[in-house]
Amino acid sequence: MSALTNAAAEILAQVPAEATADEAKAIAGASGAGMAYGLAAIGPGIGIGYLVGQAVQAMARQPESAGQVQTTMFLGIAFTEALALIGFVVFILLKFV
Amino acid sequence: MSVTTDPATVRLEGPSPAMAVALDIAKRSVWLAPVAILLSAAGWGIDGVLSTLYAIGIVVVNFLLAGWLLQVTGRISAAAMGAGAMFGFLLRLGLIFLAVLLVKDAGWLELVPFGITLIATHLVLLFWELRHISSSLAFPGLKPGETPNPYLPENQEPA
Repeated sequence: MSALTNAAAEILAQVPAEATADEAKAIAGASGAGMAYGLAAIGPGIGIGYLVGQAVQAMARQPESAGQVQTTMFLGIAFTEALALIGFVVFILLKFV
Repeated sequence: MSVTTDPATVRLEGPSPAMAVALDIAKRSVWLAPVAILLSAAGWGIDGVLSTLYAIGIVVVNFLLAGWLLQVTGRISAAAMGAGAMFGFLLRLGLIFLAVLLVKDAGWLELVPFGITLIATHLVLLFWELRHISSSLAFPGLKPGETPNPYLPENQEPA
């Protein structure tokens, strides 16, 4: 948590002293959006890595059930990816709106 | 004691269940699109409709690309499919980012309906598809289509 606070403080420290309030808001918004997208992609990345690793192991143990495992893996990836998409939508709303 | 085969030698021959599911999701999006279009038209007008259509297109292409990657890499080996799934995630996130970057300054792009459609369509299509998944050894992908019961009187052939 303190790492996030430090990162936010560093972002705010990069805002030039002569910047107007709107410019400062835009800089902080862009930095925050980048952080939000990056952090939101980490969780699904770990989740998909774990999911795929277990699925490959299952296929190696029982090759006859590989089709079944692939279906479950596909849906698992799609559900996990929804989290990254939510992070992406937050990013575009923060960055471009 | 279970015997583990080498993931580099396990292959998925024949039609890919992931691609079948992805194609089924794409078909269902045709039914979902009018609802999303009506909702966005009510809130954001013609720009909202265009943004919604663009978001639905991204979601459908994303599903199809995910299924196709699993199909292609699954025919190589299970290990390749694992790698394809993980790098595919990065690739597809990058492509979605690029797709938005290309149109971000377009006059017709309304970001709020675009974002809502992106998330809602993805989740609604997935939950809808869950009702049509079999995932059994006999039918590893979609549930089999309904076949008429031959024992019902209306389905019996006249002697």
